[in-house]
Amino acid sequence: MNVVHHNAAGSGFLSPTGVEITFVLVGLVVLGAALVTVTTRQLVHAALWLVVALGGIAVEYLLLTAEFIAWVQVLIYVGSVVVLLLFGLMLTKAPIGRSPDADSENRWVALGVALAAAGTLVWVVADAFRSTWIDVHPANGPGATAVTGSSLFRFWVLPFEALSVLLLAALVGAIVLSRRRPEGRDR
Amino acid sequence: MNDTLDALLRLVAVLVVFLVLPLLVGQTEHKVMAHMQGRLGPMYAGGFHGWAQLVADGVKFAQKEDVVPADADRRVFQLAPAVALLPYLVVLIAIPVGPHGFVGEAVDAGLFFVLAVMGVGVLGSLMAGWASANKFSLLGALRSAAQLMAYELPMLLAAASVAMAAGTLSLPGIVGQYHWWWTLWQLMGGLVFFTAGLAELQRPPFDMPVADSEIIFGAYTEYTGMRFALFLLSEYAGIVVLCGLTTVLFLGGWHGPWAGSVGWLWTLLKTAVLAFVVIWLRVSYPRLREDQLMKFAWTVLIPVSLAQIALTGVVKVVTS
Repeated sequence: MNVVHHNAAGSGFLSPTGVEITFVLVGLVVLGAALVTVTTRQLVHAALWLVVALGGIAVEYLLLTAEFIAWVQVLIYVGSVVVLLLFGLMLTKAPIGRSPDADSENRWVALGVALAAAGTLVWVVADAFRSTWIDVHPANGPGATAVTGSSLFRFWVLPFEALSVLLLAALVGAIVLSRRRPEGRDR
Repeated sequence: MNDTLDALLRLVAVLVVFLVLPLLVGQTEHKVMAHMQGRLGPMYAGGFHGWAQLVADGVKFAQKEDVVPADADRRVFQLAPAVALLPYLVVLIAIPVGPHGFVGEAVDAGLFFVLAVMGVGVLGSLMAGWASANKFSLLGALRSAAQLMAYELPMLLAAASVAMAAGTLSLPGIVGQYHWWWTLWQLMGGLVFFTAGLAELQRPPFDMPVADSEIIFGAYTEYTGMRFALFLLSEYAGIVVLCGLTTVLFLGGWHGPWAGSVGWLWTLLKTAVLAFVVIWLRVSYPRLREDQLMKFAWTVLIPVSLAQIALTGVVKVVTS
C-alpha cells in the first residue's frame, strides 16, 4: 500500500484544522440523524432521516478525500437502498403521522447491541492505528479513483470475486423464494 | 484569494446556465410541439411568436396560492420540490462544456458523481407522492420508484462501458479520449443510456408516473404555485442534464471542427439537438404501460447494455 504513515509530528489533536472540525461537526449531525431514525414513531420520517445519516457519511468520506467511495455511498445507499425502502413503505401504506405499532418493544436489547457494536468498532480502529497519522492528499492519495481501482483489482480481487458470488447466490435465492410454486406440488 | 474568486465565478456561471437553459428548453418545447401538431400554440404574449409566454407563466405561478393539503405531512410536502430540483443543479457543475478546463469543477470520479446525484432526485417525487395524502400521488410515486429501480441499472452499465473505453471516470478525461469512431463503437450503449435517462426523467413515452389520463399528475397532483413550477423546472433541468451527459459520454462533447476555439459551441449544439429529440419523442410516441416499461427495461435494455460492455471489453483488449 502506498499510504504514507508517519508519526504526528506537527499535527495533533489539540490544534485541529478546519477539515477536522468540519469532520467532527458532520459526524455529530450523522449521529443525531441516526438517533432520530431509530427513535421516531413516523415510519417515512425514519427513512428520510436515514437519508440524512447516509448522506452525512458520504460527506465524511469526501472530507477524507475518498471521493470514489463517497459517490458510491450516495449512489447505492441514498439512491437505491432508501428508494427501495420508501417503495416498500409506500406499498404497505405507511400512514402520515405516528404509527403506534412501530415499536417492537426491543428498545433496551437494541441499545445494548448497538453500544456493543460501536464499542467493538471503536476499539478495533483505535487499537489498529493508535497514533499513526495518515496523510490524505486530494490528488493521487489513497482515496483517488485510480488508486482505489488498482488496489481493488490487484490486492483484493479474490475477496471481491467471493463477494460477487455471495451476492449472486443471494439473488438466486431471492428468486427461488419468491417464485410461486405450481398448485398441488408444494414439495 | 484568486482561487476562491475563480471557484465562485464558476459557480455563478453554472447557476446562470441552470436558470437559463431549462427555460429555453421549455420555450422550445412550446414551439416545437405546436409546429409538429399543426397548431399555433401561445402566440400573443410579448408580440413576436409569443416569446414572453414563459415569463407570463412564471408570473402566473408566482401569484398562485401555495396550498398545502390539510391531511398532508407539511414539512415533507414543502421540502419535496427542493429535493427534486437541487440534484440537477449540483450535477451541472461537473459537466464539461469546452476544452482547457471549461467546466464548473473537474471532479475526479465525475461519472460516478453525476449518476449518483441524479439518482437522488427521485427522492423528491417519492416524498411528494407520499406526503400529499392522495391516492393518485401515492400511485405516481410508486410508479416513479419502480421505474427508477428498473432504469438505474442499464444506465449505469451503459456509462460503465464508456468509462471502460476511456479508462477514466473523469468527464473531461472521457471527452479528451474521444475519437470519432467511438460513437459507432458505443452506439448501443448510447441508445440505452438515452432511453434509460428518458425513463428516469419520466418523459414520454415513459411518463406513466405522471400519466394525466390515469392518475391526474402523479406525485405532483396536490401541488400549486411556485412549488409546482419547481417540479416542472426540475423536469426541464433534467432534460438539459441528460442531453449534456449523453453529449459528453457518447457524442464527443466539444469535439468538432475548430474545437480549440468554439468547442463549447459544439457541446451546446449537440445538447440542443438531443433536447429537440426528447421533445420530438414526446409529440410522436404513445405512452407505454407500466408493465411494458418494466419488461422493456429488464429484457431489452439490460441485455443490450451487457452486450455493449462485452463489445467494449473485446475491442479494448484487441486494440491495446
